[in-house]
Amino acid sequence: MRLAIASGKGGTGKTLLAVNLAWSAPRPVDLLDCDVEEPNCHLFFKGQVVRREPVTKPVPTLVPGRCTACGLCARICQFKAVAFFGKEPLLFADLCHGCGGCSWVCPVNALMERGEEIGEVEVREAPRQRLIQGRLRVGQAQSPPLIRAVKRRADPDRLAVVDGPPGADCSLGAAIADCDLVLLVAEPTNFGMYDLELALSTVHRLGVPCAVIVNRAGRGRLDVRAACARHGVEVLAEIPESEEIARAVARGRIALESVPSLQPIFAKIWSDVLSRTRDGRSERRVLHHADV
Amino acid sequence: MKVLLSTTGRELDSPLDPRFGRAELFAVVETESRRFEIVENAAARAALQGAGIQAAELAARLGVAAVITGHCGPKAFAALQAAGIQVVVGARGTVAQALEDFLAGRLRPATGADVQGHWA
Ligand code: SF4
Ligand code: SF4
Repeated sequence: MRLAIASGKGGTGKTLLAVNLAWSAPRPVDLLDCDVEEPNCHLFFKGQVVRREPVTKPVPTLVPGRCTACGLCARICQFKAVAFFGKEPLLFADLCHGCGGCSWVCPVNALMERGEEIGEVEVREAPRQRLIQGRLRVGQAQSPPLIRAVKRRADPDRLAVVDGPPGADCSLGAAIADCDLVLLVAEPTNFGMYDLELALSTVHRLGVPCAVIVNRAGRGRLDVRAACARHGVEVLAEIPESEEIARAVARGRIALESVPSLQPIFAKIWSDVLSRTRDGRSERRVLHHADV
Repeated sequence: MKVLLSTTGRELDSPLDPRFGRAELFAVVETESRRFEIVENAAARAALQGAGIQAAELAARLGVAAVITGHCGPKAFAALQAAGIQVVVGARGTVAQALEDFLAGRLRPATGADVQGHWA
C-alpha cells in the first residue's frame, strides 16, 4: 500500500504529516522523500545512511567529426533541447527529456547517449523504518526521473509513505502516479484553499483517490470542510494549530513523541487510510506514463 | 545591416523590452534606411522552457547580424553565438534610442550571458 502526502505549496506541514505517519505506521514502512528539490525528512529520521547512489538520465552527446549538418535532430526534438543553425547542432542537456529521438533520427550516428548525473538517492535505515530520499543536483531542472528512481527503490511489499513535492506540476504527477491514496494537506485560509484546488485538479486528472488533512486548524476562519465538500473530497482529520507542535518541528523532533494529544488523530488517519485501501479495494486506475 | 531589438510596441519610439527570449515583439531594423518591420515572438513566449533558444532560432531565420536587448540568458547567448549573431546587452529606453546608442558605439557586444535563465 502506497500513501502519498502532497499539498499545493510548500510549508503546509506536508513533511510533518509524512514523518509522523511513518513513525506511527502499523507495520514496517518505507518513507520516500520525493520532495527532491528540498528533501528534509532526514531531519526527523534517526537512522544511519546505508547507501548512496548517483542517478543519471540519458542525454545526447556529439561524436566529433561525424555530423553532416542535416538538422534532423533539431526538428525531431520536442523539448527544444537541440538547436540547429546550419552547423553542428547545439545540445542543451538540462532541457533534454532523454527520449532518444535525436540519436535515433541521426542518419550518420553522430549522436551518442551518455548518462548525465541529475542527483542522488540516499537510503537510511532505522529499526522499523527506511528512508529513501532523492536529492536533485543544483542546476538540474527536471525532478520526475529522480522521483521515479526513488520510488523504484522502495520495497513493493511494504507500506510506503511518499512525501511529495510542493506544487501541482509534473513532479506531483510522478510522485503520486502509482499511489493508492493521496492525502492533501491544506491550511484553513483562502490562500490554502487556492493551493489545494490546484493540487486537487492534478490528482483528479491522474485518477488517484484522495482525501484532505487540515493542518493548523483554527488558524483561519475558512470553513474547509464545506469547501472540500463542494469539491467532493472528504476531510479525514484536523491537526490543530499548536505551539507545542511547532516547537517539536523546529527541534527536529517527531511531533507525536512530544505532543501525546496527537496520537489519536494519527491512529484515526491510519485506520481510515487502511480501510480505504485494504485488499486493493481502492479503484486504482492503471496509468500509462512515459517512463523517462 | 539588419539588427533586431526586443520591444514592447509596434513603433520605433516604443519602450524596449529588456528581455530577449520572453519579449513580446521584435523590431527588425535595416540600419541604413531605418526601415523596420515588427515580428511577433509568439512561439518562444508560449514555450515553458527554452524560450531563448526559440527566439534565437527566429532571429537566425530573420537573418539579422545583431540582437540588441537588455539582458541575455546563457542558452539564448549560446544559441545566438552558434548562429553567428552578435549579442548586445544593456540597451535601455525606446527602440530608437537603443538603436542610436548601438550605432554610436555606446553599447558593446556581450561576451557571455549577463543573467541566468528564466530572466531572459
Ligand atoms: S533525447 Fe529527445 S529530448 Fe533529448 S535532445 Fe534528443 S530528441 Fe530532444
Ligand atoms: S541529425 Fe546527425 S547529422 Fe544531422 S545535424 Fe543532427 S547530429 Fe548532425
